Amino acid sequence: MSEYIEHDRHGISVGLVEKKFFTFAEPPEKMALESGAKLGPVTIAYETYGRLNAEKSNAILICHALSGDSHVAGYYEEDDPKPGWWDIMVGPGKGIDTDKFFVVCTNILGSCMGSTGPSSMNPETKKPYGRDFPLVTVGDMVRAQRALLDDLEIEKVLSVIGGSIGGMQVLEWCVRYPEMVVSAIPLATTTKHSALAIAFNEVARQAIMADPNWKGGDYYADSKPDHGLAVARMIGHITYLSDESMRLKFGRQLKDKNNFSFHFDADFQVESYLRYQGTKFVERFDANSFLYITKAADYYDLEKKYGDGSAVEAFSRAKAKFLVVSFTSDWLYPTYQSKSMVQAMKKNGLDVSFCEIEAEWGHDAFLLPNQRLTALMKGFLERVCLEIGK
Amino acid sequence: MSALKLENNGIRFDLQIVASWIEPGAKVLDLGCGEGDLLDYLRKNRQVSGTGIECVESKVAHAIERGLSVLHGDINEEIDDYADNSFDYVILSQTLQQVYEPSELIRSLLRIGKKGIVSFPNFSHWGIRLQLLFSGYAPISRQLPYEWYDTPNIRVITIKDFRKFSKEVGFRILKEVAINTNSHNQKGSIINFLPNLRATYGIFLIGKGAS
Repeated sequence: MSEYIEHDRHGISVGLVEKKFFTFAEPPEKMALESGAKLGPVTIAYETYGRLNAEKSNAILICHALSGDSHVAGYYEEDDPKPGWWDIMVGPGKGIDTDKFFVVCTNILGSCMGSTGPSSMNPETKKPYGRDFPLVTVGDMVRAQRALLDDLEIEKVLSVIGGSIGGMQVLEWCVRYPEMVVSAIPLATTTKHSALAIAFNEVARQAIMADPNWKGGDYYADSKPDHGLAVARMIGHITYLSDESMRLKFGRQLKDKNNFSFHFDADFQVESYLRYQGTKFVERFDANSFLYITKAADYYDLEKKYGDGSAVEAFSRAKAKFLVVSFTSDWLYPTYQSKSMVQAMKKNGLDVSFCEIEAEWGHDAFLLPNQRLTALMKGFLERVCLEIGK
Repeated sequence: MSALKLENNGIRFDLQIVASWIEPGAKVLDLGCGEGDLLDYLRKNRQVSGTGIECVESKVAHAIERGLSVLHGDINEEIDDYADNSFDYVILSQTLQQVYEPSELIRSLLRIGKKGIVSFPNFSHWGIRLQLLFSGYAPISRQLPYEWYDTPNIRVITIKDFRKFSKEVGFRILKEVAINTNSHNQKGSIINFLPNLRATYGIFLIGKGAS
């Protein structure tokens, strides 16, 4: 989804933060991926905010979505124009209160924002991996996060929180490492992509691969497939909005003109918006990472992996307390998908709360300022603290 | 009228009675929990781990914000997901008059709960009877404060009706209390004499098996 859409420029913030790196799986001890391939060394970029208490019981792991990074909150430098992507939620006194919690966020494996991914240097060839980079899964991303937490000597996380593909990581955490997860907040997410979600991802991938600059993924020495990636992002943005939000935001308004241009410039506001989002995105994101991460999301199927096709069976492994949230206008991860995971949690006797928040902004709603979401998360986390007697 | 020792902790009188029937440590499901007043009370005063189901988003959100475990959804659908005897008590407080299939819901309630607690406004209270007799309009009371055209209540129930209903559906009434209180009042009294005529609410503890 579209991280970096809104931020509170003048609000309270965690202040200056620093991106850190953790490297593991040095050859010959490479990381065995779910696909069977091996990868190493693996570097994970991460940031932390707040203080880990003496009992190490106040850690919260935030999992970002497709295009996010480890920079959840705060600023790298005093004059940074923008804070991290979820600064409205993470900070002193905010929904995820950094006065109380020790917040960790890693850049996911396969991404391009500091963690090892297709744009990283392949130590064997001394060139970027490109398509030699093995396909990674949501499970692999979570295992890499686990490796970092082990290094930080965190044995239990108070909560794992994330939306969209980040929500898939949250669910994976709960069934893969049930003993480590006290509570979990999967937002606007699913246990498996619908055909609709896969279809949009495939069209986006095709846009990248159809760009002559993509060159089978080996483009790092030359011009990048910027146009393909921009189109992929434009498609993404359509899925993050909704019919209603697009009608309210753009309607059929024209961009800086009163009449059609009668050629193929951006006439409509919505065209101009999408072009802008596309152009902005290529400045910060790698086309191959986009391919790898969307594929990982499409492959993800929690039921199949842990329950032989049954969600109830899959969640029988989970032990966490859950807060599941969906949004009314999210057509990428519609409410029925959240409800079906809630149903499976209930059937396993898990402690689960669920709220479908009225929101007109589509899938993006979970990143926008939303008092309801903030209050829900705050209340839930407070209860979890109370119940574990912290 | 008999005096009952109840801890008045800011919750409605009828909820105080319901709470007094629940042992500490019990597992409770509250169907139509609203903002979770009862669950909150039970959690704080009875060490009860409760879950609520509520269909209004703002109420669900408020309940979760105050630290309760609540599901946003329709009680008729949500109830199906629970295994038999998942709860010690399943509560249906002042909601029965809004339910489309009461007998089905009561059966589900007693499937997933060992016991049920059902309360509703008593439509045969003398005030309501007199209103209909003398005014000729559909009665409006403090307990049922709606015009016929804007009421969420799709049926009216009397205490006698519910006793008859228990025989027809086949469940047991284990305890029954009729009270006189207003819809949001924290104070009220228990009615032992002519409850069907004098009580504004009926509260029933029900169990499995024919009465």
